[in-house]
Amino acid sequence: MSFSRRKTTLGFAAGAATLAIALAGCSDSSDPEASGSPAGTDGGSGSEEQITLTLATFNQFGYSGESEGGDYAYDLIAEYEELHPNVDIVYNVADTSNTARENFFTKLGPGGLADVEAIEVDWLPEAMQYSDLLADLTSSDVDGRWLQWKTDAATDKDGRLIGYGTDIGPEAICYNVDAIDAAGMDSSPEAMAAALDGDWDNFMELGKQYTDATGKGFFEETPAILQAMIGQLEAPYESPDDDSIIALDNADVKAMYDTLTQATADGISAGLQQWGDDWAAGMANGDFAVMPCPSWMLGVINGNAPDGNWAIADAFPGGGGNWGGSYLTVPASGANVEAATEFAAWLTAPEQQAKAFANVGAFPSQPEASESEDVQSATNEFFGGAETGKIFTTRAAAVTVAPYKGPHYFQVNDAMVNALRRVEEGTMSADESWAQFQSDVEALG
Amino acid sequence: MTTTTPQTQAPAPRGPERRRTPLTWRQRLGRLDVKLSPYLYIAPFWIVFAIVGLFPIVYTAVISFQDWDLVRNTGTMTGFDNFAFVLQDREFWLSLRNTFSIFLLSSVPQVIIATFIAAMLDKNIRAKTFWRMGVLLPYVVAPVAVALIFSNMFGDRYGLINSLLNDIGLDSIRWHVDVIPSHFAIATMVNFRWTGYNALILLAAMQAIPRDLYEAAAIDGAGTVRRFFSVTLPQIRPTMIFVIITSTIGGLQIFDEPRMYDTNGQGGSNHQWETITLYLYNMGWVDFDFGRAAAVAWILFIIIVAFGLLNFFITQRFIAGDTVAKAPKRKKVSQ
Repeated sequence: MSFSRRKTTLGFAAGAATLAIALAGCSDSSDPEASGSPAGTDGGSGSEEQITLTLATFNQFGYSGESEGGDYAYDLIAEYEELHPNVDIVYNVADTSNTARENFFTKLGPGGLADVEAIEVDWLPEAMQYSDLLADLTSSDVDGRWLQWKTDAATDKDGRLIGYGTDIGPEAICYNVDAIDAAGMDSSPEAMAAALDGDWDNFMELGKQYTDATGKGFFEETPAILQAMIGQLEAPYESPDDDSIIALDNADVKAMYDTLTQATADGISAGLQQWGDDWAAGMANGDFAVMPCPSWMLGVINGNAPDGNWAIADAFPGGGGNWGGSYLTVPASGANVEAATEFAAWLTAPEQQAKAFANVGAFPSQPEASESEDVQSATNEFFGGAETGKIFTTRAAAVTVAPYKGPHYFQVNDAMVNALRRVEEGTMSADESWAQFQSDVEALG
Repeated sequence: MTTTTPQTQAPAPRGPERRRTPLTWRQRLGRLDVKLSPYLYIAPFWIVFAIVGLFPIVYTAVISFQDWDLVRNTGTMTGFDNFAFVLQDREFWLSLRNTFSIFLLSSVPQVIIATFIAAMLDKNIRAKTFWRMGVLLPYVVAPVAVALIFSNMFGDRYGLINSLLNDIGLDSIRWHVDVIPSHFAIATMVNFRWTGYNALILLAAMQAIPRDLYEAAAIDGAGTVRRFFSVTLPQIRPTMIFVIITSTIGGLQIFDEPRMYDTNGQGGSNHQWETITLYLYNMGWVDFDFGRAAAVAWILFIIIVAFGLLNFFITQRFIAGDTVAKAPKRKKVSQ
């Protein structure tokens, strides 16, 4: 599974149990030699020539390997090799998404990438600028396989599809049952879902009630909520037409900023920086009550608050939300583009993606896969036996917008996150911080 | 030294007996061997350095004048635009401030404490090897692990230090918000890692000091402190310069610690602890602007060279008054 928000990989490595991985620092993420098949075949499914395909991913995609519970239930790599006796697959997994990102962009131009390279949504906007270096994967066989917004994000201005969707991170709201109880609110999942059903003003209103009752923060920090809110705007920071930066003129962005800084002023935000040590401790200590909760966050909460009493509300303020997810791409310079495309298409087919979900819980981006038994029957004991498969299927369907992310998306977003944090930390007033945000964004031009 | 009397140059070659016997092949080889071999032996280093050191430095300079696209490996010349942008960027000056602040907070105490530790280890203590190896231990720990350990100590809310402060009734220190505390925390990590290393180098220098100097000083009535300042310090001056220069170079390039200091790795919401190397990294790998990143790299390079030279001269003056380093230049011994 992929962890998103570009920089959280680092935080996750620092915060969670990946110490060993971080120390080992195994950065060799792809083996350039393996891609050049001596046979020099033109690929294609009809060819019986022996070829070697390389696949490079990061973190956990659930294709092959082992997790804490032992080997995965399914080994997709072995399965493909069995189906295609002429294909040998070399599978490399980078330790973090950041390692994979640096490797990807270093080798994208000169060559040397694997035949099939995984990329994360967080660097998709950068990859889209080089879409001509990636093979066009458009094919009638895969039409309609993915959720529309997932495919749209990986389609360039010329209509070329450069990545096949693997997983997504549809968001629900997770909440600390004891904390909600302490505020005298009804903490059943149904009641919480009903209370949270509405827009962000409603969410803040609920937060104010909670904070007035308990004196504690309602949610973790404002940038976490920003992440969810920005994901519901079609073009938050840049114009889809010419990539010009519109963040400063966009009334929605300023309104969002005002809502969030007001939340800070009201004490609704706990001000605990995501992925930090205090944040992890706060999850166990009840320093905040709710958090936006993509499917992959469940394991993070369980890991940080093993004795906690958490539940999932099948609702998300302001519509649906997605956080994270990945794609498989095929670099155009590879030796076996056709065979690699076929392999990527197979891996991201609903049947396989359902198995990947069974392996590591990577929530599929293919509606057909989420209808499968593996997904629909999934429950999570830690969250009071919640039917996570069904909940996240509904949550995925609720996502209607994929915000436009141009070349400056992350720089503007970083500036916005910093602006909110400055207010949260009290180093600047809301007005001063906005002025700083303005000059930061103007400097990007 | 025996070289004070200039050796009589080999008997005047222009004598009547001037024989010009041509050298044999062997003799020529021998001569070549003497003249060329040293260069040959150091050649591997220089060849490798030229490839992995010099070439990148020059190439970085080329890139720094362009709007560079890493992926396509192409760029358009933009003259000094990148340098102009960097020098006008508020972030650059903040990161320069942070770099120097962290450098001073780390290098100065580091050298002083290392000298002290070395002086203690130089005494006749039991289990010498144990103590000497012990101070090197932090150096062996990976910086990432050090950062993890210290991030636990310097947590804003649940950190060890703040918990202790709260227990004795003091306010929490906002390690990740305020400038000076964040610099102090990062400098602590750096010092933890490098003090022992520097102490061992200084110790080696101290051990090479002839003991009779101390005996003579003691007979002259010098106490421990006086012996330290008048014998030890002047004697270890060359090593001291080495340690100060290397810790200057290292101190101006601090990267791992600030990057691991919080989960974003970008130096804080208001660039409180963003160092130049972090700024450089962000410019390249976060903003994807390698032309500007190259310009930052060159500016940093120039700063380090200038600062290293400055330090060298200051140190030479500061730890003065010895005779060893100012010994008369050895006269060239003719072959």
